[in-house]
Amino acid sequence: MRLLRSLRTAAVAATVALSGLAAHADEQFFPLQSYRVGPYAAGGTGFFGGFIDYLNLVNLRDGGVGGVKLTWAEGETQYEVERGVEVYERFKTRPGIAAWNPLSVGIAYAMLDRVTADKVPLITINHGRTDTTDGRVFKYVFPLLLNPYSETSGIVNYIAGKEGGAEKLKGKKIVVLYHGSPYGKETIPIYELLAKQYGFTLQQIEVPHPGNEQQSQWLAIRRAKPDYVVLRGWGVMNPVALKTAQKTGFPAERIVGNVWSNSEEDVIPAGDAAKGYTAITTVAAGTHYPVLQDIQKTVYAAGKGNLEDPKRIGSVYHNLGVLNGILNVEAVRIAQARFGKRTLTGDEVRWGFENLRIDEARAAALGAKGLFHSIHVTWENHEGDGRVAFQQWDGRQWKVVSDWIAPDWKLLRPLIEKSSEAYAKEKKLVVRKRIED
Amino acid sequence: MSAILPADTSPPLAIAPPSGLRRAWACAPRGLPVLAILALGYGLVPALASPYWLDAILIPFLALSLAGVGLNLLTGYAGQLSLGTAAFMAVGAFATYNFHLRIPGIPLLASMALGGLCATAVGLLFGLPSLRLRGFYLAVSTLAAQFFVQWMLTRFGWFTNHSSSGVIDAPELRIGPWVFDTPVARYLFALTVVALLSAAAWRLVSTRTGQHFVAVRDNELAARVIGIPVLRTKLLAFAVSSFIVGVAGVLWAFVYLRTVEPAGFNLDRSFQILFIVILGGLGTIRGAFFGAALIVVLPLLLSRLGSWALGGMFDSGVLEMSQRIALGLLIIGFLIAEPEGLTALWARARHALARRLGIARFH
Repeated sequence: MRLLRSLRTAAVAATVALSGLAAHADEQFFPLQSYRVGPYAAGGTGFFGGFIDYLNLVNLRDGGVGGVKLTWAEGETQYEVERGVEVYERFKTRPGIAAWNPLSVGIAYAMLDRVTADKVPLITINHGRTDTTDGRVFKYVFPLLLNPYSETSGIVNYIAGKEGGAEKLKGKKIVVLYHGSPYGKETIPIYELLAKQYGFTLQQIEVPHPGNEQQSQWLAIRRAKPDYVVLRGWGVMNPVALKTAQKTGFPAERIVGNVWSNSEEDVIPAGDAAKGYTAITTVAAGTHYPVLQDIQKTVYAAGKGNLEDPKRIGSVYHNLGVLNGILNVEAVRIAQARFGKRTLTGDEVRWGFENLRIDEARAAALGAKGLFHSIHVTWENHEGDGRVAFQQWDGRQWKVVSDWIAPDWKLLRPLIEKSSEAYAKEKKLVVRKRIED
Repeated sequence: MSAILPADTSPPLAIAPPSGLRRAWACAPRGLPVLAILALGYGLVPALASPYWLDAILIPFLALSLAGVGLNLLTGYAGQLSLGTAAFMAVGAFATYNFHLRIPGIPLLASMALGGLCATAVGLLFGLPSLRLRGFYLAVSTLAAQFFVQWMLTRFGWFTNHSSSGVIDAPELRIGPWVFDTPVARYLFALTVVALLSAAAWRLVSTRTGQHFVAVRDNELAARVIGIPVLRTKLLAFAVSSFIVGVAGVLWAFVYLRTVEPAGFNLDRSFQILFIVILGGLGTIRGAFFGAALIVVLPLLLSRLGSWALGGMFDSGVLEMSQRIALGLLIIGFLIAEPEGLTALWARARHALARRLGIARFH
């Protein structure tokens, strides 16, 4: 009976906690479906840490955006879809939500219908469902900077460049080692298409989540004797892949990592095995960018930094979080210029994202020159033509080894439209004709 | 396991003193508390609960309760330990999706029933080893179902309609002219399905077949000696259980998450449902509901309490870890205090209340 009574007390206390949410004027709220425990905690802590650090910087340095303070709250998802949904339902009634940034393809999929009904933007930077690039169909979803198809095109172009031109790809053999999750599988068809187009032999091998056992996969790779292995990994899968590659005698120089296999957390645990490994990126590592300097001076000096280990400031995940903060905050700023300096609705912030233009000059003004290249989002193109670069791990740090190059958008767009139009048909959606739709 | 008897088989005790309220209590039909709960579920809850409670707590609670009811028929009543529950849920969800996609104009309930039947077929297939294996050995063989189904769904694109990421959108919940697209409507949809199937399960365990289940569980040899068709009983348990679990999978994927992905039905989910059944009380229908309440609601309450009390001091990761520790301790403490599950606790509370009212037994 005592148990029942204490349960009841707990329930009452929880209800009190639930109802303690008061509305505030002039605040823009960022609900964060973060993950700080579980197999993907390294990505989660770095990314959400950087995101929070930038929001903090804007609050401390500028007093918010146009006088509107930025607020946020975290709900732990462990990268699990059901928990992400629970956090969405928990936070969605809070006032002044700017945008959702779940950093999980699975959770983003589960939110597609929900954000469309609730008219709030959903940001999937560097990942997400590829056809959400088509803003005519997916009004509220933004795979900013790089969608999975652009990433694939960028990687294949890079390999072609190393071989001395696209025609040299003919007869080459590429193995794609992908994470067994919605995220990992997203690029299967585009690799097949590019293999046909350029005439290289392709083998795609799945690594079951979370990927801490890859002996059989690398034995298969050893048998296949490929020219390149593309690592489409996530979390613990990446260092394990690099180490196992070393054990089976596959050189790290011939492994190209995708955009979620490009962080310090992916290579440092692999030690020597990672030396010479190359990966694609949309954001450069390092702390020498003015915005990172500001974060150290303003946020960390005031004891408000989010990273537990300050050595991770300037790491790839942290910088990506900072960049994600820049993109979100600029969307709010652009929307404020049109709708007024006040708490905006989700739909107004969506308008901001659809007009999110940051050229190199503006990036420099934001203290992010060299951190990333540029972005140009329109109501039709929710990706925003992000450029990619390639970086090589020298055993101590990432060194950029290419220019900011453009993926083959012209080739990809018809595929994206085909897929999004099929989705619109299945869901009986009206395809937008202009931004006002 | 043989020590656990279904609560409903305890013999009726003395009759209440014959007057007034007490007589009314004593003569009240067995279904009265069930009716009260249904009235609460259909009347009070939709009127009072917020969309968060409906969409994020009650609907997953209902779906997992139903899965618990299904597993309880198999494990609690018929004594066949299974670790493949999530696989049968996945079969139900994916089969329903495919029936709905590929047969134009098929009503949702029909595709749900067909999806449940597919789960039944797969359940029967993986139930076959139960004819030879028992206990942990059987658990290991049902583990094969868990891995096989997940492999099959990810390996063959046909099951996900060649969706590149392997995730599919759940179709609209529509029965005839009614579309269930608000939290309350979705909740009522789930509640109705759960209520009907639970009632069917409740009915089943009080029939001769249900007695066969218990007999096979308690002593297989004795059951065989008194002429119970052991093989048929075991397969029937697998069939009925898988059907209910399959429909639970449909609720989980279509009504709660509204997206279907194979990874959502992994081994963790199977364990979660097994814990629901064990904590709630093996061999009872209501145990599944108690267990699901504990497993679904308690972590959320702990998490909210934690972030409310200590929110500013730690990040969400530290909070999450401490909640898991707290939940683990609670479960250990609880199982020591009440090894027969929440149902036994409930029965004790009921009897204590009855004693106070001076009634020997009421329902």
